[in-house]
Amino acid sequence: MSEIGIGPTGKLMRRDVVKALLENRDGMLAIGGLGAPAWDITAAGDSPLNLPLWGGMGGAAVMGLGLALAQPDRKVCVITGDGEMLMGVGSLATVAVQRPRNLSVVVLDNEHYGETGMQETHTKHGVDLVMMAKGAGIADSRLVRTAEELLKLRADIHAGNGPIFAQVKIDEGTQPLVLPPREASILQARMREAIMGPEAHLQ
Amino acid sequence: MFRADAQEDDMQREQLESAPTAAEAWPDQIYDLLKQHGVRQVGLVPDAGHARLIKRCLADNDMKVVSLTTEEEGVALAFGAWLGGEKSVLLMQSSGVGNIINMLSVAIAHRTPCPIIVTMRGDFGEFNPFQVPMGNATQACLEAMGTLVKRADRPEDVAETVNATLRLAFNTYRPTATLLGQRLLGAKTFGK
Repeated sequence: MSEIGIGPTGKLMRRDVVKALLENRDGMLAIGGLGAPAWDITAAGDSPLNLPLWGGMGGAAVMGLGLALAQPDRKVCVITGDGEMLMGVGSLATVAVQRPRNLSVVVLDNEHYGETGMQETHTKHGVDLVMMAKGAGIADSRLVRTAEELLKLRADIHAGNGPIFAQVKIDEGTQPLVLPPREASILQARMREAIMGPEAHLQ
Repeated sequence: MFRADAQEDDMQREQLESAPTAAEAWPDQIYDLLKQHGVRQVGLVPDAGHARLIKRCLADNDMKVVSLTTEEEGVALAFGAWLGGEKSVLLMQSSGVGNIINMLSVAIAHRTPCPIIVTMRGDFGEFNPFQVPMGNATQACLEAMGTLVKRADRPEDVAETVNATLRLAFNTYRPTATLLGQRLLGAKTFGK
C-alpha cells in the first residue's frame, strides 16, 4: 500500500488518499467530481474505469447511483469535493433510499472551493456532511481524519458493504494539475467498453 | 378571511392535490413503449399527470424506479445508468425543466441518451400564477440547451410522440423530450 502523507495543516494529502482508495481496485469504477477530485483520480492513474467530470456540479453522487444500479456486481466509488457535494446534498437522500450495496461516496473535504480562488465552503464553518448523510439515511457515514481510518474505509469500500458515505478531511494545498481527456464522449465510451466490451458501442 | 369548515376544507384539498382522472389509454401506452425500448431505470419527480405511469413502473420488478429530490438528479442518473449499459427515462413536470438546464450539459457533452417525458403546467387553463413563467418557457429552455422537443396535445398523438422521443434519444445519443400538453392532461381546477 502506498504511503499516505500528512500536509502542513496536519491533514491527509488528497492525492495519497485517492491513490490508496483506487490501488488494486479490482475493476472498481470511479467517478471523479468536477474540479480537483477529477484531477486526483487521473493522477492516481488514468483508466477507462475512471470517469472524471468536467461539469455537472452537484450530480456526481447520483451518477454513481445510476451506475451502481446498472452494474450491481461492480463496486462504484464516487470521489468528489465538499463544494460539489453541498450543491447536490439532496442526492444523499436519493442514494440512501435506494440502498446500493456497491456504492460509496467519498468527499474530499478541504473546506474550500479550490478551483475558483479558494473561497471557503460551508464545511469550514461547521456544516457536518457526515451528519447530513446520516440524517439522509446512509447508516454507514463516517468522518476520516487519519491514515488508519482511511485504510479501514478502503477495506469496507472494497468489501462492498455499502452504501458508504465518508467525509475525508484533507490538506487544502493545491496540487499540480493532472488533466484527463476533455472529450467527454470518449470518457463515456471508454468506460462503457471497459464494462461491456465492444458490444457497448452497438447498444 | 374565508375559512372553510373541516369537511369543505378536506374537499378543497382533495381537489387541489388530486390528478385529473387518467382514464385514457395513453399512460399505459407510454409504459408499453418503455418496455419495448428496454428502459430499466426510471428517474422521477412525481407529477399528477404521470401518476398512472409511475404506478405501472413501480409494479414492474424489471424497472428500478428512483424518486429524486430534484429533477437535475434525473439527468445525472441517466448518465450513470448509460455508463453501466442501462437505458433510462426521466418523468417530471414542466416546472422541473428549470432545474435541469445546466445538468443537460452532462448528456450533451458525453452524448448520453436522455429521454424526458414532461407533463405541462402553465399551459392551457392554468390556475396557479407560479406555474405560468416556467410552463411558458419550457420548450424554449429545453431547445436552447440542445434538447429535441416534441409535443402531444391529443391522446391519439401520445404514443407516436413518446416513441419518437425514445428513438431519437437511444438512436442518436442526446437529450430529447416529449411535452404532454395541459389540453391532454386537463388543467387542475383548484375547486374553481
